[in-house]
Amino acid sequence: MREQISFRIFRWVVLVPLVVFTVVPLYVMITSAMKPEVDVQGAFQWWPRNLTFQPFIDIWKTVPLAHYFGNSLIVSLAATLFSVIIAIFSSYALSRYRFRGRGAFSGVILSTQMFPGVLFLLPLFIIFVNLDKTLGITFFYQTLPGLIITYLTFTLPFSIWMLTSYMNGIPRDLDEAARVDGTTAIGALFRIIVPAARPGIIAVAIYSFMTAWGEILFASQMTNSTTRTLSVGLQAYATETNVYWSQIMAASLVVSVPIVVGFMFLQKYLVAGLTAGAVK
Amino acid sequence: METSTVGQAPRPARTGSGANTPAPKRSRPAAGKPGGPTKKRWFTWTRATPYLLILPAVIMELLIHVIPMIVGFWMSFIELTQFYITNWSEAPFAGLGNYSASLSFDTSQGKQLLQSFGTTIGFTILVVGVSFIFGMSAALVLQRSFRGRGLLRTLFLIPYALPAYAGIITWKFILQRDNGLLNEVLVNGLGIFDEAPFWLIGDNAFGSMVVVAIWQQWPFAFLMLMAGMQSIPEDVYQAAEIDGASIWQQIRHITFGMMRPINAVLILLLTLWTFREFNTPFVLFGAVPPDSANLLTINIYGRSFINWNFGLGSAMSVLLMLFLVLVSGVWALINRKVNRDA
Repeated sequence: MREQISFRIFRWVVLVPLVVFTVVPLYVMITSAMKPEVDVQGAFQWWPRNLTFQPFIDIWKTVPLAHYFGNSLIVSLAATLFSVIIAIFSSYALSRYRFRGRGAFSGVILSTQMFPGVLFLLPLFIIFVNLDKTLGITFFYQTLPGLIITYLTFTLPFSIWMLTSYMNGIPRDLDEAARVDGTTAIGALFRIIVPAARPGIIAVAIYSFMTAWGEILFASQMTNSTTRTLSVGLQAYATETNVYWSQIMAASLVVSVPIVVGFMFLQKYLVAGLTAGAVK
Repeated sequence: METSTVGQAPRPARTGSGANTPAPKRSRPAAGKPGGPTKKRWFTWTRATPYLLILPAVIMELLIHVIPMIVGFWMSFIELTQFYITNWSEAPFAGLGNYSASLSFDTSQGKQLLQSFGTTIGFTILVVGVSFIFGMSAALVLQRSFRGRGLLRTLFLIPYALPAYAGIITWKFILQRDNGLLNEVLVNGLGIFDEAPFWLIGDNAFGSMVVVAIWQQWPFAFLMLMAGMQSIPEDVYQAAEIDGASIWQQIRHITFGMMRPINAVLILLLTLWTFREFNTPFVLFGAVPPDSANLLTINIYGRSFINWNFGLGSAMSVLLMLFLVLVSGVWALINRKVNRDA
């Protein structure tokens, strides 16, 4: 395809600033994580004068990072698993059946997605506190199961919405043929729909896991020192007397790498899922 | 493409063979087949199937969304201050007191809410606008293949894949007055300022927050627009090219035209997400941000968890919800009109 000069210039004008804008913070994160603590306290150095891996060793001691890591992993995995399983069933119903109440149900799913998390945080906090302090039910308040439930407030509606759109794109003939052959609804779901919707299911799972892993709002109030997750735990590197910047950068890098690498591998599924969900 | 929208028009479900009659427009139970037994039973397994399938979701929705929303609505009518948080049944009824306290703009509380609302609107317009322009430019430029395209695409998506706090906290380091990169460049490198400015307090905080939010948001716009552009068939461009259309004409008439429905959905999504942004100010400034960066959600958060006035916080979140419903409603109306005109 022939290209005009003006378009080539436009490409450079767009790409150079965007690359700089994207890369500079990543560069700061990576290089500062490898500087000794004294070097990040003074004026910023573009080229690290002394390289060290000490921050990567210290991060595990300054703050119980491994513990927070474990908590984040449990909460994110559980929230992902629950929302994917629940979404598979209800998306199948929304995509393949017409029933009374279908409109109301999908209306609730769609509208709860657009409300801010703080709308659900305040009542859930009050409900959990009162169950704990008044009724003595300690299962929810600042516990991992409690946090998982609050995470479903955003992972579940998005999963149902996205998976329904994906299933709508799977030709009906596939499962109808199976139904004609005498397969039950559940049989058709697991033998036909689930395999065909695999990219959509993977996309939903990545999205849920990523949002849960990066969530701050609920984690800041729904956890205590034993159930703290990474998003809040990272702030413990800033004490009243000192901010350990190179350790903060090292810890940020450590908690990001698994997510970014996973995202790179599964990117195409996410694009496919998002496209089915939003572009159509 | 133009027939299906986000809402997904319900299609007739054919649960068995032979029920291939034109389905009625309004919903009827799926199993109500013509030619079936004339005496309809109240319960059949076939008819119950969809309800059983959505049952887990309905139970969860009730627990995590419906009941909390009802509770939150009720909370906005009581004086749920620190004395009553652990025994809310004792809290005195406030009537519309929390609402009038939020909306009386001559008091400091009301003034702060109004200012916070203005800040949030300005923040949303800037972040959504710039993110959209960045995303659109990058998607346009990367639509045609050239060397290094795959690498750039992956690079641009990294800020989106990064956990929010990791990215924001890095920005917080960049924006530090004494040891941050920004002041190193502006003061020592370029010499624009004699005295190192503060970026995280005072009026500068707003600009810092906008930049950081754009850094995180624009890759999503890019991702969606790129995916949308991939669905435009290649031969449309080829046909235009044969007719002698320049790249700019192709972009203007083909790409922008075909992308219109996607743009509308994307802008709505970005607006709703940006309007409720919490992570950026919270990680940059903590639970009590400077006035210039006091977005609505963090304002509500502070009212509740810092001042321990959950009644006021709930009233403010109900108002926020009403506003978002209004925005979505207006969007739906405009969009319907655009679709009809197009």
